Amino acid sequence: MSNHFLSPGHTACAGCGQSLAARLVIDASGPNTIVVNNTGCLEVFSTKYPETAWEVPWIHSLFENAAAVASGVESALRYLGKKDGINVIAQGGDGSTADIGLQALSGMLERGHDILYVCYDNEAYMNTGVQRSGLTPFNTNTSTSPVTNSSSGNIRPKKPMPEIANAHGIAYVATASAGFAQDIQRKVKKAMSIKGPKYMQIHVPCPLGWRYGPELTFEVAKLAVDTGLYPLIEYENGKLTGVRQIQPKPVEEYLKAQGRFKHLLNNPEEIKKIQAIADANIEKYNLRVVKPEGN
Amino acid sequence: MKEFLEGSLAVGEIIRLCKPGVISAYPITPQTHIVEELATMVCEGKLNSQFVNVESEHSAASVVLGAVATGVRVYTATSSQGLLYMAEVLFNIAGMRLPVVMTCANRAISAPINIWNDQQDSVSMRDTGWVQLFAEDIQEAADFHLIAYKLAEDKSVMLPVMVCMDGFILTHGIETVDMPSQEQVDKFLPAYKPLYKLDTENPISMGLLADPDYYMETRYALQETHKDVLNLIPKITADFAKVFGRAYNGLVEEYYTKDAERVIVAMGSVCGTIKEVVDELRAKGKKVGLLKITSYRPFPAQAIYEALKNTPKVAVMDRAVSLGSFAPLYSEIKAVFCSKKKKPQVISSFVVGLGGRDITKDSIKEVFRLLTAKELAGEFIDLKPELLKESYE
Repeated sequence: MSNHFLSPGHTACAGCGQSLAARLVIDASGPNTIVVNNTGCLEVFSTKYPETAWEVPWIHSLFENAAAVASGVESALRYLGKKDGINVIAQGGDGSTADIGLQALSGMLERGHDILYVCYDNEAYMNTGVQRSGLTPFNTNTSTSPVTNSSSGNIRPKKPMPEIANAHGIAYVATASAGFAQDIQRKVKKAMSIKGPKYMQIHVPCPLGWRYGPELTFEVAKLAVDTGLYPLIEYENGKLTGVRQIQPKPVEEYLKAQGRFKHLLNNPEEIKKIQAIADANIEKYNLRVVKPEGN
Repeated sequence: MKEFLEGSLAVGEIIRLCKPGVISAYPITPQTHIVEELATMVCEGKLNSQFVNVESEHSAASVVLGAVATGVRVYTATSSQGLLYMAEVLFNIAGMRLPVVMTCANRAISAPINIWNDQQDSVSMRDTGWVQLFAEDIQEAADFHLIAYKLAEDKSVMLPVMVCMDGFILTHGIETVDMPSQEQVDKFLPAYKPLYKLDTENPISMGLLADPDYYMETRYALQETHKDVLNLIPKITADFAKVFGRAYNGLVEEYYTKDAERVIVAMGSVCGTIKEVVDELRAKGKKVGLLKITSYRPFPAQAIYEALKNTPKVAVMDRAVSLGSFAPLYSEIKAVFCSKKKKPQVISSFVVGLGGRDITKDSIKEVFRLLTAKELAGEFIDLKPELLKESYE
């Protein structure tokens, strides 16, 4: 047994942002937690029979139903009078959250269950070979949004999941990034201090699907935040209460680090469109630091 | 105590007596009265349970999956499209060996959309790993839920059980039902003691990935358990008879089959009508009978063999079809006698009552009339020939 509740020895790829973030989440929540997992990379690499990496009670049912299964777990704990003192986490990837599992998630949020839902957002269906999902960014090269003479990749921007979760009128919504470990744990602890449904979306770089060296996971994660492409925000009771402010870097710095955006590097017109997405985020969430640090 | 009750209310009251800790359901006709009754009981404080109003049947099945995995007795109910929408979760619940009990108010499948009774829904779910018990009347529908929990939660079983009751005919019909007391139910069905559960004191992982080195044995184990269930059902129904005074075979029911020359095989409420026709024909000296299948899964092949091995002519009435092949119950009855020396000379197939078309006494007499030396492999009864002439050309 390791000092973590998601033990090492599982079969995640080197540099996997999701395994890192999932360990930070469960360690922050602690031993009195029941985890419900959608099908996906995390489930596959952590629980191949006869082994499991989980040191807390853990259940996986299907691709899209973790939010509903967790609703059942939470209801059973409530019936048993054991809900106080036990955290329930439902978790999955971006596909199982924003696409196939969105209905179950919406039901869970609307019914007011005391559950933290965590979406590990690696921006495509990695477990099946990098197909595009509703959270794949604009102009990303994936196996189902390929780059051709007439296409520069995924034609749609990311589905605004934090806003969709927030629109349910829940008490806490946050985004986080594998590049900011303490921030993840602070947000998980904050979420667990609040009763009711909570939604967290953590940006988790995937070396295989994003095509960068596994040693660069932190750097890539940080660049997404520092360019304004992945704003770190918190909503409490519908109001924006927390923002990680940045001195915005040009989006090229983030794009050029990854093979999935390589096709854009000689295409300034397309890069401009992505810069516009970052600029819109910077303005919408007021991300830009007022006083530059260290000067 | 005998009460004059609608089928759904009888089932709702029985479920209350079984004390499920979590109930989850999504509305679909004709299952709704059952869950409305339970929701009202919870709101009035007559049933201590968490009633989870979900956004779909897929989530209803998923909620009870999560709750039973946490060690709590659960209940859900659905019909038709709802059952199909649950299909993925149904396989999962059985594969994870979780003792969920549900009611299927049997209803036809779209298209065309049709809210009336046939049995295509649960018959289509025959391969999920769920035990399926078909009720003939409201008394059976009520009683079978007690048997279902007892069976599902048996530590040697740990399988989900579906009680199938014909939509409207049994869910909305009103009959005199002998309702048990809480003391009787508690005696027969003690509180659920899970064999395994999600517990922070003793953490386990459930629902793991099994690769080719491990998967096949899990399916084999399910198949073996279904064989065990065939032996266990008669023991449970014997216990049931001791407490409640009603005796069920639980696998099949033989009605004048011993000396019969012609026997109809059927499932569900139509068996009541068939019994009436058998009585009438017997009064006229005709040697006819009924073999009612109660347990569709596991399929009681041996009991069927024993019941029909000396019957010259057998008619199988399916209230479902397997499009492109033989009717589902028929093909399995045929399989029972494959390579057997003792067997009926004729086993004919009749498709009846799809989408709520009434199966009258005349329909059943027509089946007996067509049950001759000429074997029929899928005769639709009560078709309207004039409707078959419609065409776009």
